[in-house]
Amino acid sequence: MADQVIKRSALLKWFKGKNATTMLEQVWAENPIFRQILGICSALAVTNLMKNTLIMCGALIFVNVCANMIISALREFTPRRTRMITQVLIIATFVIIVDLFIKAFAYEASKQLGAYVGLIITNCIIMGRAEAFASRNSVRLTFWDALGSGLGYSVVLIAVALMREPLGFGTLLGYRILPAGFVEWQLMVLPPGAFIGLGIFIWIGRAVAPEKVEEAPK
Amino acid sequence: MVPEIGADAAPYIIFIAAIFTNNILLSNFLGMCSFLAISNQIKASFGLGMAVTFVLTMTATINWVVNAYVLIPLKIEYLQFIAFIIVIAALVQFVEIVIERFSPALYFALGIFLPLITVNCAILGVCLFMVRRHYTFAQALGYGVGSGLGWMLAIVAIAGIRHKLRFSNVPKPLEGVGITMILAGLMAFAFMGFAGMVDIK
Repeated sequence: MADQVIKRSALLKWFKGKNATTMLEQVWAENPIFRQILGICSALAVTNLMKNTLIMCGALIFVNVCANMIISALREFTPRRTRMITQVLIIATFVIIVDLFIKAFAYEASKQLGAYVGLIITNCIIMGRAEAFASRNSVRLTFWDALGSGLGYSVVLIAVALMREPLGFGTLLGYRILPAGFVEWQLMVLPPGAFIGLGIFIWIGRAVAPEKVEEAPK
Repeated sequence: MVPEIGADAAPYIIFIAAIFTNNILLSNFLGMCSFLAISNQIKASFGLGMAVTFVLTMTATINWVVNAYVLIPLKIEYLQFIAFIIVIAALVQFVEIVIERFSPALYFALGIFLPLITVNCAILGVCLFMVRRHYTFAQALGYGVGSGLGWMLAIVAIAGIRHKLRFSNVPKPLEGVGITMILAGLMAFAFMGFAGMVDIK
């Protein structure tokens, strides 16, 4: 019954496969922000402007995928004692690439993001996934896992930015979307708005997302 | 975004600003991970706060020297991230060995938190902010010590509130992290009351 439907569509088959399950689990059921509580710092710092949020998400996904694939490829050759420093160096290398790239192509945003691009190095999502997944799984599976945790991070950040930018500035991506008479809610731009906003999203996320997804049919 | 402390401010002003008005945790959101994990025990929070203050003071000064006398003369500022993270990792390892050798009691009290300081973003954050704002050596020292103390103040205060909160009725999905975030928000709100206490640009 269900098997025939799966056979009919290659896409659907892919969605039931291990790659997709690994990825989707990271996006929703095991979301890095509201389930694993990783990578909170940048989630709070950059979400008052949608544009910066999108750049940050792109940067994080790139670093997360590249660094974790290399960590996974080197997992047989990394001695346990120097594991941590090896991982940090690999991550730092990719962060330098991203930092130079943003400086070259989006200078304004680079100035606004400031040190937070560099702080991707200590973003716990990357270290957390490297430790929990990349150091014991194949490169191919690591790719999907890293992409999934990057997307899971992005989903929450975009949701928080979607609330903070319109309420704080009355704009979205720089375009005015709320009527001119709307009094900007300064609090949303400032740090307290970030904490309370993310707190509410963690609340919603934990209430809505299931604890654990079911095993995909083989 | 957050007001920056002026580059020409006196070191003691930067020190005070780093504790109250530009608190590294409440206005720059750095060091959140260990903050959320540890802040349910007052004692551990205090111990970790001490360790972070110590490491921050050391790394801020050492990285200032590395940046000014190695990276800039050799024109390899783009290796900043790697240089800083190596200094931090090496220093944390060193501190761990020294504490283990000379004060086993403190070593066991800090336990796992000590190695985890390497990946505490507050440490790297302070180093990066310090370089971006072109601080002098004395300013960097004031900023490092102040940020460490400010971080400790915030984590111990939240740990105290969470201790009281144990007897409150918090909705299930909001328990733990969620309510801690909202508490931190209210505390950041309260800390904004310090604005104007020192000169800020």
